[in-house]
Amino acid sequence: MSDTTEKTDVLVIGSGFGGAITAYHLAAGGAKVTVLERGPWLKNDEFEHDYKLGSSYTRIFDFVVGDGMSVLGGNCVGGGSVVYFAAMPRAPRFVFDRHGGIGRRMWPKSVSRETLDPWYDRIEESLSVSKQDWSDASYAGGLWAAACNHAGRTANPLAAAIDNSKCVNCNFMMAGCRFEAKQSLTVNYLPGALAHGAEVRPLHEVQYLERTPGGDYRVHYNIVDDEDYRLQSGSGVIEAKIVVMAAGAAATPVILQRSETRLGTMPHAVGRYFSGNGERLNTAILNEDKVAEILGLSRGDGQLPYGANAIGKGPTVASWDKLDGSLPEYSRYSLEQLYFPPGLGTILAQVPDASGPTWFGKEKKEILKHWKSWLTIFCMTEDDNEGVFGPPPATGNSHRISQQMLGRGNLSYKPTENTWHGWNQADADVKEILEKDGLAKVMPWTNDLVGAYTVHPLASCRMGDDPHTSALDDTSELRGHSGIFVTDGSAVPGALTVNPAMTIAALAERAVPHIVAAARAKGIAVTYGAPAPTGYKSGRDAVLPLLRKKELAGV
Amino acid sequence: MRRIPERKVDIAEAATFTLEAYADTIVPGEKRWPGDRAVAGVSTGGGAVACGALDLLRWDATGIHDGLEDLASRVNDHARAYAEKTGRTLDGTVPPFVSLDYDDRVRLIEELTTPGHPEKDFWVLLSLFCNMAFDSAAHLHTDESIENGHPGLAAMGITVPDTDGLWRFRDFGYGRRLADLHPDTTPSGSPA
Ligand SMILES: Cc1cc2nc3c(=O)[nH]c(=O)nc-3n(C[C@H](O)[C@H](O)[C@H](O)COP(=O)(O)OP(=O)(O)OC[C@H]3O[C@@H](n4cnc5c(N)ncnc54)[C@H](O)[C@@H]3O)c2cc1C
Repeated sequence: MSDTTEKTDVLVIGSGFGGAITAYHLAAGGAKVTVLERGPWLKNDEFEHDYKLGSSYTRIFDFVVGDGMSVLGGNCVGGGSVVYFAAMPRAPRFVFDRHGGIGRRMWPKSVSRETLDPWYDRIEESLSVSKQDWSDASYAGGLWAAACNHAGRTANPLAAAIDNSKCVNCNFMMAGCRFEAKQSLTVNYLPGALAHGAEVRPLHEVQYLERTPGGDYRVHYNIVDDEDYRLQSGSGVIEAKIVVMAAGAAATPVILQRSETRLGTMPHAVGRYFSGNGERLNTAILNEDKVAEILGLSRGDGQLPYGANAIGKGPTVASWDKLDGSLPEYSRYSLEQLYFPPGLGTILAQVPDASGPTWFGKEKKEILKHWKSWLTIFCMTEDDNEGVFGPPPATGNSHRISQQMLGRGNLSYKPTENTWHGWNQADADVKEILEKDGLAKVMPWTNDLVGAYTVHPLASCRMGDDPHTSALDDTSELRGHSGIFVTDGSAVPGALTVNPAMTIAALAERAVPHIVAAARAKGIAVTYGAPAPTGYKSGRDAVLPLLRKKELAGV
Repeated sequence: MRRIPERKVDIAEAATFTLEAYADTIVPGEKRWPGDRAVAGVSTGGGAVACGALDLLRWDATGIHDGLEDLASRVNDHARAYAEKTGRTLDGTVPPFVSLDYDDRVRLIEELTTPGHPEKDFWVLLSLFCNMAFDSAAHLHTDESIENGHPGLAAMGITVPDTDGLWRFRDFGYGRRLADLHPDTTPSGSPA
């Protein structure tokens, strides 16, 4: 039997940041790499501008409702990078010194902003992350900047992985970018991995892992129907010497939990310490007259001075005034202008000063008529890592309800006072800035319907120095299970106060030389040292001398 | 090309009226005809019902299609209990939830969707899809529904796409500096 089982050197689960980056480097280094991805593989012209269920909008997403927390993530080849807004800031210095609920440093001592910077550099080079200018800011971003300025604050155009020469500001970024302006992994790391012989298999959902008598891993998957994800047709097994888990912070711990009976005890932190990156959304409904009068903004030609919710890209401007490392923990956050399309976000917006219900009913309908004048502000605060995953569902990471997208999961999240402290301060700040002189009316999204809400799941298998509170050591290897590495958002120890993809990606880059060393120890002929998938070499040339000091095999 | 044909379940008339009344409480509209009982008529213009909420709910893509009759009978049971508790008299010619006036429908839905209510998940899901019928016409292609004057997309001011069905905005920003940068910004545009 085992002779007929398919074999690969490195099996990568998930093709988002954690999966695509590691797949590229290991394939480029000479390993046989197979990537299993539960979602479909969409070509450029399949990215539609359409809200109909079954269009790319719902095919490439996964929305899992938990108890007190819902998670929105990518579900396709390229993972979250296909649906994301490509805002790519580095995390501020203080984040790496956070203590959080455990009362001591959350991050491994070896990881700080200084030691991560060379890895951030590699990502900037690979994804063409560039400093955006005011001329790149959308109307929504410009308005947020002007309001911040009026309130005596600063504001920054965001670093982004967007080729502005190709961007048409369609605002359908979440449905996948058919103009190739967004630097999703499908235009850099993944084609690079394929060119080096990696194989990517869409619609393969990994269910659990077990160990072979020889100490390798057997990975079990189901085949998912490409249209109705509730239907599964068949299953299979692949054997691998090294497994890279990158199914995302809402799925990786679930696969490990389901594997526990076969693999043996998991570290305590698997499926615990989940963080939603402290996310909180506020909707402001602008008074267009005041916007014109007080901020002096105009869109010309009889257009409302703002009236532009539908025009743009993702977030283009953020305020970093509260990213001040000297402030106490839980009171540091960024405030970012965001676009949220209808269908997903509008129901959670609440009516300011409502006399009846706030999220539905006649007053809610009235504010929907002003939808173009809505401005959404995304607060990324420091939460308390209070999320815990319950027993795993039968397959995947949720019980699927709809044909695509919607499922019920077992994540539970009961925000602590610390988390509420951060949320309340951020909410009050947004109110202060946007309600000044009657510019707008602001209300936070309600948590009552689907709980808190995150597009930035983190920390469900976090790295750290303390075996009791971290699932991974500082090389991203799963404690007690040599040869299993976790390189997605699960590894990030806690909230970052800014968008996380840049940090997830940098940590995945940082893990690669350690994975290479582990693979060589298992007899795989692989080396480290590929340039960026774009061909640039300066990032690599900067990290190689650092790695040689560590004397990692194969580097 | 879609392989799986779209399937819409059929539901009884009473369930249809009941769910219309529910959808109309989530996004209210104007009465379709003077004697319209399901639509309470507390708002002008089309609400969730005129936007096709029942078509969306009945579509098997949602995953709640098979539970619609059950949801309708549950909300009617709740309406009966609510009427008893509050001393309202129900009109036996229409389903109990339809018999409630708008404010009572609101109060009941508020109760059912309160965190901790044992059936909260169902009612939130139902509300979510009712809202989607209005705000994104999730059962229809967006460009076609705009062309056909979908009341929700029209109310929200969703613009017409280019002839190839794609949106593009040449004028997308004010194009000038509107605030000072944070002093601790790196040359590549990150927090220092
Ligand atoms: C709408 C939206 C906007 C965002 N905008 C930004 C932004 O502007 N900036 C930013 O920094 N971040 C943004 N994010 C967050 C960012 O996308 C994520 O942080 C990032 O993609 C996480 O990377 P990852 O490698 O952890 O997982 P993912 O990118 O989520 O990849 C995980 C992959 O694994 C697959 N998978 C899951 N389970 C299985 C299984 N059992 N078997 C096989 N495959 C599986 C998934 O389908 C997915 O493709 C956004 C997210 C969303 C949803």
